[in-house]
Amino acid sequence: MSDTAVADTRRLNSKPQDLTDAYGPPSNFLEIDIFNPQTVGVGRARFTTYEVRMRTNLPIFKLKESCVRRRYSDFEWLKNELERDSKIVVPPLPGKALKRQLPFRGDEGIFEESFIEERRQGLEQFINKIAGHPLAQNERCLHMFLQEEAIDRNYVPGKVHALASHCVSGCAAAKLPVVSLPST
Amino acid sequence: MSFFGFGQSVDVDILLNDADSRRRAEHKTEDGKKDKYFLFYDGETVSGKVSLALKNPNKRLEHQGIKVEFIGQIELYYDRGNHHEFVSLVKDLARPGEVTQSQAFDFEFTHVEKPYESYTGQNVKLRYFLRATISRRLNDVVKEMDIVVHTLSTYPELNSSIKMEVGIEDCLHIEFEYNKSKYHLKDVIVGKIYFLLVRIKIKHMEIDIIKRETTGTGPNVYHENDTIAKYEIMDGAPVRGESIPIRLFLAGYELTPTMRDINKKFSVRYYLNLVLIDDEERRYFKQQEVVLWRKGDIVRKSMSHQAAIASQRFEGTTPLGEARTPGPLSDSGNRQ
Repeated sequence: MSDTAVADTRRLNSKPQDLTDAYGPPSNFLEIDIFNPQTVGVGRARFTTYEVRMRTNLPIFKLKESCVRRRYSDFEWLKNELERDSKIVVPPLPGKALKRQLPFRGDEGIFEESFIEERRQGLEQFINKIAGHPLAQNERCLHMFLQEEAIDRNYVPGKVHALASHCVSGCAAAKLPVVSLPST
Repeated sequence: MSFFGFGQSVDVDILLNDADSRRRAEHKTEDGKKDKYFLFYDGETVSGKVSLALKNPNKRLEHQGIKVEFIGQIELYYDRGNHHEFVSLVKDLARPGEVTQSQAFDFEFTHVEKPYESYTGQNVKLRYFLRATISRRLNDVVKEMDIVVHTLSTYPELNSSIKMEVGIEDCLHIEFEYNKSKYHLKDVIVGKIYFLLVRIKIKHMEIDIIKRETTGTGPNVYHENDTIAKYEIMDGAPVRGESIPIRLFLAGYELTPTMRDINKKFSVRYYLNLVLIDDEERRYFKQQEVVLWRKGDIVRKSMSHQAAIASQRFEGTTPLGEARTPGPLSDSGNRQ
């Protein structure tokens, strides 16, 4: 057996891909839009709500489409719940804008259009980052935030498990550790 | 090569007998520079001369003895005072007396055992060197000459592929395969990644080669990880059923053979790290050790007979097929 100068670099055999897999919809479809900000109430008791619309085909979410209204403090609640219960590094929320809530401002303060738009964008980034995180998807608080009409602040925190029908059978999967880099 | 002593009246040099025919190998020094040193294998004889050149031919050199040593030692950077010598041979060249004119002393260390490969790392160094010493009352004259030792292996009898299914329940299941578990330093890693389930948005995938140098024992074990290479193997989002090929040429990287528990002082191990990065910069990885070994080169006509024997001393199992070291090539290029 002579010493070959060139190594064998031929590809390993692999199963040909099923065409329905190749051209079908991907299994990772998840889109969350935050839009339609509306300011409700009068005078000092005003606050802005945003529509949070989610479309997905991930089996871990009970509803494939959902639409709820949430305000900034609801997002803060979600951030706190995740920081306490899950092991992920929660990305930052857009600012609280306390300065804008002081009196004697020349503009509309936190109801200024440009500020609401800025906040809307920040909230959209925030929720998409979180909802796509495999560990956050296990938290009840996230599902309640996205898919239930109202947030029950007296809920029992816990974990959500995916439906058994979507498990890959015979898979002795070793967990890939998930390491979340701080958001850039 | 260091040169100690002050106000030298004599130049000391160490010369090898086979300096013309012996190959040199590049080796990194502690400060990162690359230098060439004479290359030796286990079992080879080290023979040469120590030459003394008097700077002032009229001045005589009084001394307490002249000797030459062959030393193999391990030096831990955090404990520089203690050198662990695992090979120490000495030959006396001259009894105490005088040197009246420049002269050379022959020496030969026959069939010297060199069990480990030379290694210069982040926290530890293993080196072999010749040291000529002229002992004197006040200060010795010392000259050192480093050599490099490579340890050779043959194709392992058992070299199974690495194949595993890993993932995160219901989010990401992949099956990865590498064609071997033991690679030589100029080998190619051929493999593939097969996606069984993709419920996250993957942006790209890469393979890293990680070197882990472990020094110390017991509670003082210290691991130093160094990413030698990062090689992107996929850009874009895969779906179920896709197979991504891997072809990674090792010759392009600075690698050493895997070293396990060298003289109970240190280890150097290598890992392949498969990393998937999703669209939010989250990283999913799977680390897998691979064993690296050094393959003997084809013997050149000029290589000494002794070196040919030395390159047949293998770690591990017997070779497959015919002997690994072929004879000299004839003109037509066929083996004789």
